[in-house]
Amino acid sequence: MPMRSGTAILAVLAILLPLPFVVQSDFWMNLAILSLYYGFLGQAWNLLGGYGGQFSFGHAAFFGTGAYATAVMQVRLGLNPWLGFVLAATLAGAVGALIGGLSFRYRLRGSYFALVTLAFAEVFRILANTFEITGAGTGLLVPLKQTPANFQFAQKSGFYLVIWALTACGFAVAWWIEHSRFGARLVAVRENEDAARALGVDALRVKLAAITLSAALTGLAGAFYVQYFLYIDPTIAYGPSVSVTALLVPIVGGLGNALGPLLGAVALQLLDQVARAAMGDAPGLNLVLYGVVLVAMLMFLPNGLFGIARSSALRLFRVTA
Amino acid sequence: MVELSILVPAILNGITTGAVYALIALGLTLIYGVLHIINFAHGSLLMLALYGVYFLYALFGIDPYLAFPVIVPAMFGLGYALQRFVIARTSHGRDENVLLATLGLSIIIENLALYLWSADTRTVSTPYGFSTVDLGLALIAVPKVVAFFGALIVTGALWLFMRRTDLGKAIRAVARERDGARLVGIDVDHVFAMSFGIGIACLGAAACLLLPSFYANPMVGHGFVLIAFTVVVLGGMGSFPGALLGGLLIGVTESVGGLFLGESLGQIGIFIVFIAILLFRPTGLFGQQA
Amino acid sequence: MILEVRDVSRSFGGLKAVAKVSFALAEGSITALIGPNGAGKTTLFALISGFLRPDAGMILFDGRNITGEEPHRISALGVARTFQIVQPFARLTVRENIAIGAHLRISGRQEALARAAEIAERVGLGGRLDQPAGTLTVAARKRLELARALATGPRLLLLDEVMGGLNPREVEEIVPIIRGIRDGGVTILLIEHVMQAVMTLAQHSFVLNDGLLIAEGPPAAVIADPRVVEAYLGTGAAQRFGRETARA
Repeated sequence: MPMRSGTAILAVLAILLPLPFVVQSDFWMNLAILSLYYGFLGQAWNLLGGYGGQFSFGHAAFFGTGAYATAVMQVRLGLNPWLGFVLAATLAGAVGALIGGLSFRYRLRGSYFALVTLAFAEVFRILANTFEITGAGTGLLVPLKQTPANFQFAQKSGFYLVIWALTACGFAVAWWIEHSRFGARLVAVRENEDAARALGVDALRVKLAAITLSAALTGLAGAFYVQYFLYIDPTIAYGPSVSVTALLVPIVGGLGNALGPLLGAVALQLLDQVARAAMGDAPGLNLVLYGVVLVAMLMFLPNGLFGIARSSALRLFRVTA
Repeated sequence: MVELSILVPAILNGITTGAVYALIALGLTLIYGVLHIINFAHGSLLMLALYGVYFLYALFGIDPYLAFPVIVPAMFGLGYALQRFVIARTSHGRDENVLLATLGLSIIIENLALYLWSADTRTVSTPYGFSTVDLGLALIAVPKVVAFFGALIVTGALWLFMRRTDLGKAIRAVARERDGARLVGIDVDHVFAMSFGIGIACLGAAACLLLPSFYANPMVGHGFVLIAFTVVVLGGMGSFPGALLGGLLIGVTESVGGLFLGESLGQIGIFIVFIAILLFRPTGLFGQQA
Repeated sequence: MILEVRDVSRSFGGLKAVAKVSFALAEGSITALIGPNGAGKTTLFALISGFLRPDAGMILFDGRNITGEEPHRISALGVARTFQIVQPFARLTVRENIAIGAHLRISGRQEALARAAEIAERVGLGGRLDQPAGTLTVAARKRLELARALATGPRLLLLDEVMGGLNPREVEEIVPIIRGIRDGGVTILLIEHVMQAVMTLAQHSFVLNDGLLIAEGPPAAVIADPRVVEAYLGTGAAQRFGRETARA
């Protein structure tokens, strides 16, 4: 499986690249951008949760930090948003290292780790909600100035290319994990931490690296959100919606492989659109659907969509072999 | 220095709130102690119960305290069904799956509430809602005093149930030694579902006690989840006295924290405590090894 | 002496799992650590390999103090261990499992996978390289444990009941593999209950009972030692056996 994923990834990226030239409507472009965006967010979570086996329920802590980093820099300090992008990744990564350092140093695993991440996200939300620099409860509005130098694009295709590049980045990292010593060690720690340690793997360092990487990428997703929607507030930044989406996407698509998150994101987006068409645009409805999908997947398809794809592919090979 | 006349009411209020937190946490710790599940849906189920109490009041004029005989069995039934027919089927032998399943349930319940009942906050106005009890150093609202004693009574009843009844003993047996219990003929799946049901029934009781001095809206569950976890982790997973003591401590922490840091920031105190315990003493005050 | 254990003790609550145990291993030897269940043998392994910290005492590997070091550091120094209850990386293939061990010395992925294939051949898992570890039989899993530890290129190998759960034929098959490992220059300390293997492989043995080292010497001598018989079979057993063999 890892051997063929490189070609598959390149194929997917190649197919996605010319999309803006084929699709003219803003509606479909928006859908495409959101799909890639959620796919990227999910891929970031996948690094820690899928490959690393550490389930974070509070990835919003990284997302929000990245989002606020770039928003505050632009709104309060007038800094260039491209720089804000870099800052977002750095700050979010630092938060990841902090949370990871504390949690893994104290041997938190499984549910306890999930709880701690949840608590941290909530702490950040309260802080963002309290202080003026982040706009407290009202949040921050990034002023409209649509030039590429200001990381805002008049045409959707501009944003699309950025998120495509980010997606490619995410794939690159996932591919590297599947083909490197670091990645092999990360997966080993996921499967059996003590056995890995007995084989010379510094489990703490490996997990720390994974969460820092995951956090940095998630921070980039946050920064992208701010550039695309030009608004951020504590609930969007640090609330449960982001944390849930981040984990739902790879779980639906398939954990621990590079293409799973994108698959999951597209599936969920399609589901969302179908739901909207069928039941209208009521608040909360799409999340209900997501919740139902999550529970249903856990009951009937615990390996995600990719799991089905893989097992059908295997069956195919066995027939021809 | 803070005046006693401000501090004492804060502490007393904290204790009354804490008792209700304890009741909520009791359900959570029971579920963890027996099923080893961290029930992420606990907060949203409490929210559901609050709405239940609210609608009984709004549609049928039933006073929240009198809603006990309806709400508690209803929540029990819901909890039983959820465990038996949904959660148990998601496990496939992996703990993470159950974790995610309860998370998924919480998403469904919260957003269903949002969709059905909108984000409006619902409150009840009862004749005693604004009365207070004079304790000398402080005036405490009647609903809070009732909540305090109500929570203690329910906790005591639950404790008696666990000690004296056959089912209670079966539950404790399963909690301690699942396979051994199965070997002596205890229907473990049924006991799991019963335990979950009882844990959720606690939420029903808590909702009846809570609504007169609180409110219902789709997002309240979220706030309670973390507080309940903090209480359980502080008191020790699976420990009843721990949940009680933890609840009181957290209630006071929140109240006094709010006094010094303001409403919004005051909540941070709880989460800092939570994170600190998870890191430095994850077994809590009374808990067994995690 | 490649390994020196000096007055090492470890308690759990009130229970003395290992009590002032001292011994040394000569380089290139195969030594057996035997004793009844609960004697503290696996605890001793955990102490040597860094999974537990001793309450007292010192452990020296090749003259270097490794007491209380982290397991991954000790592994990097050249001490490898297997686990009594096998711990495969279930969803990874045999090849990928062994490669993790190989990665201790090899950073390149392809190189590590190739080395893993070599090691798999040595222990007889060559035909199952692409099988997920979770689907292997017990005997195969034991070999996988062995292969993984071997792949780290150790100088000292701690084998914890590697024969456990194997039938006599499987035991016979694994004995030459272990001997071959020693012939490659690796010192071996094995915890074993399968006396057949102990007798064939080990030149020297130590007996642990209730945390105390009660006897040492060549295996044949040690198992005839009345103290050792009593440790396994209870007080007075040595005497009873003595009487019965005299009668027979």
